[in-house]
Amino acid sequence: MLRWFGQTLAVAALSVRTIPQRLSSSAVAVVGIAGVVIVFVAVLSIGEGFRAAMSNAGSPSRAVVLRGGADSEMTSGFGGDQATIMTEAPGLKRVDNRALASPELYVMVDVNKRSTGTAANVPLRGIEPVALQVRDEAHIVEGRMFQFGTNEAIVGRSATRQFSGVGLGSEYVAGNLRIKIVGVFDTGGTASETEIWCDSRLVQAVYQRGNSYQSLLASLDSPASFETFKNWLTTNPQLNVQVRRETEFYEQQSQVMTGLIRGIGYTIAVLMGIGAVFGAILTMYTAVSTRTREIATLRALGFNTTSVLISVLAESLALAAIGGLIGGLAAYLAFNGYQTSTMNFQTFSQVAFAFAVTRSLLIQGLSYALIMGLIGGLLPAIKAARLPIATALREL
Amino acid sequence: MKYLPLIWRNLLRRKVRTIFTLASVFIAFVLYSFLMVVQTAFSMGVDMAGADRLMMMHKTGLIQLLPISYQQQIGSTPGVTHVSNASWFGGTYQDKANQFAVIAVGNNYFELYPEAKIPEDQLKAWLGDRQGAIVGRASAEKFGWKIGDKVPIQATIWQPKQGQTWFFNVDAIYDGERDFDKTNFFFHYEYLDENRRAAYGMVGWYVMRIDDPSHAAEIGGRLDSQFLNSSAETKTSTEKAFLQGFVNQVGNIKAMIIAILTAVLFTLFLLVLANTMAQAVRERTSELAVLKTLGFSNPLILTLVLGESMLLAIIGGGLGLAATYFAVGRGSFNNALLPVFIMRNRDFVTGLVLCCVLGVVAGSLPAITAMRLRITDALRRT
Repeated sequence: MLRWFGQTLAVAALSVRTIPQRLSSSAVAVVGIAGVVIVFVAVLSIGEGFRAAMSNAGSPSRAVVLRGGADSEMTSGFGGDQATIMTEAPGLKRVDNRALASPELYVMVDVNKRSTGTAANVPLRGIEPVALQVRDEAHIVEGRMFQFGTNEAIVGRSATRQFSGVGLGSEYVAGNLRIKIVGVFDTGGTASETEIWCDSRLVQAVYQRGNSYQSLLASLDSPASFETFKNWLTTNPQLNVQVRRETEFYEQQSQVMTGLIRGIGYTIAVLMGIGAVFGAILTMYTAVSTRTREIATLRALGFNTTSVLISVLAESLALAAIGGLIGGLAAYLAFNGYQTSTMNFQTFSQVAFAFAVTRSLLIQGLSYALIMGLIGGLLPAIKAARLPIATALREL
Repeated sequence: MKYLPLIWRNLLRRKVRTIFTLASVFIAFVLYSFLMVVQTAFSMGVDMAGADRLMMMHKTGLIQLLPISYQQQIGSTPGVTHVSNASWFGGTYQDKANQFAVIAVGNNYFELYPEAKIPEDQLKAWLGDRQGAIVGRASAEKFGWKIGDKVPIQATIWQPKQGQTWFFNVDAIYDGERDFDKTNFFFHYEYLDENRRAAYGMVGWYVMRIDDPSHAAEIGGRLDSQFLNSSAETKTSTEKAFLQGFVNQVGNIKAMIIAILTAVLFTLFLLVLANTMAQAVRERTSELAVLKTLGFSNPLILTLVLGESMLLAIIGGGLGLAATYFAVGRGSFNNALLPVFIMRNRDFVTGLVLCCVLGVVAGSLPAITAMRLRITDALRRT
């Protein structure tokens, strides 16, 4: 057994060591596999980044209340009187006898996207003072908080990067809406950073909403009191609302986009992988055929067929691993953290996010490379192992 | 052409190599086709937008509504021949995941969209039925709707006066060209306005036809200035600009597709094919020398090698293009998210041209090597 192992190791080392002699054809396999890994990791990092921006926006100890039947904040709506009733619900966090529940309005304004120069739907959120206590991850990083009762507003940090005309100090005008940006806020790169926040009264006035709101974001006592809160609201005959944990809410809002990107990404990766496997098979066949005499000599010296088989596979896996590492590294360097924004198909609003080349993506990419190497090496390895010694030695 | 059999024979000499090279090229062009299909889907019909159609929406964006009273004013503006209105309804059928475009439209809406093919009698039936709906063939097939069916749609934006559900009668099914969105669900604006709880007399956007597309900017400007300083200021643009703006919101899909495509074509196509051709020329060094001795001219040798490379490219690539064309051709992957999931003829032709060009590029280095071979050197080498 030990001898067999030693043999195999020796032959495998030999074939890996001699790779530089077959540089040009080996390069085809390495570059091919690296190409697949780059595309695979890059496309999926878009999905990961989008999902992260969305799901990190939610907290398990907060709940989102929308009108029954509404599928997003955009399509939701309820009166101010209903919002007041909601603040009486049990399970809500209270500070100085005040419920941490933030009734908000959510509309869309056209802002020019830097990358295309055309208008894009940027969310404008109307908030009340309590909102900053509820959304405790938000803090001002430039300028100052807006004054309630004025037409001042603050803008998310990602939004200032992706859109023009909404930077600190600028005035945004569209129709009857006129707001002045006095501060920039940060929420840790989540979807909320794509929004502009101003006084809810301003939105109500400009959009003729009267005393109404579209959603209520509630801080809970603890994540566990969600059920109490939800049951009280949904069984209250004065209300017609649906209640979701904020994490679930954002998860749902990102489902379609993430699914779409993943669907397209995996289709491209699988097809490209199949193509690259064919390239790898060609490379390995070439490797075997140029080494025909060498392999036959090894066999004649008494090395067994399994050692030869494994040596070819080892070469193929080594090439794949090199390709996988190069591809993963290149994708990481080129794409990780790349800032962009897209329109969420479920809400039609812009979400800014950064490509995220996560560790799990890199591991997936490398594993995929090794699988390609394994499949690519299999047929040529069998061919090598089956070489009839006598004829092979005579060849060339 | 008379050398085609020679090229063909050469390909058959190393069957395994030829097959795997073809397979790699095949996959490269399946991917090319797939990426083009995705790009077409994301471009949402920008290419087929009518040049003589204008869209008017609220200046602050689509979510703000416009009064229905504007319709008459628009209609009497010089240059405008037809005008109709549309309102986004949202709505889902049975399952929340079954989302598709449900749109309330004016009665004359389809006069503006001759692309939607509706049988005469069905259109008439719809016009006479307040609760009627016209649905796209793709959605009708997906949900099994037939003419005469009563369809419940769950409200998302507009709630009816009673409950949460709206009911419509399927009066007509529209069809259209391969690249026309056939997933929409249209019903009468009047029915929406009479039965919703709020926003009476408001519409989402206006669509109009003008007599001369070259006057689009001028007519748009005139219309917008008419409604300046009113309760709802407007923004009028061509349908193409409107759709392009929507596409741009998603991001620069085109740049992304081109980047991926470059990676695909380089790694799967150029690299593999060039390597195969280089090997083929290396193997046949002595043979090429013999051909030259026999009097084959240098340009002919060049042509033979290039021909072999192009033949591989065209067979593999052509099959890849054809396979995708037929796979998505019937529109079987259509869904409401990306309603037009087809491969355009234009992309098919571009693909073929790309095959030929890349075939030449991949074969050029080996072909030049073959051409430059000196007979004496080549014969000595083996």
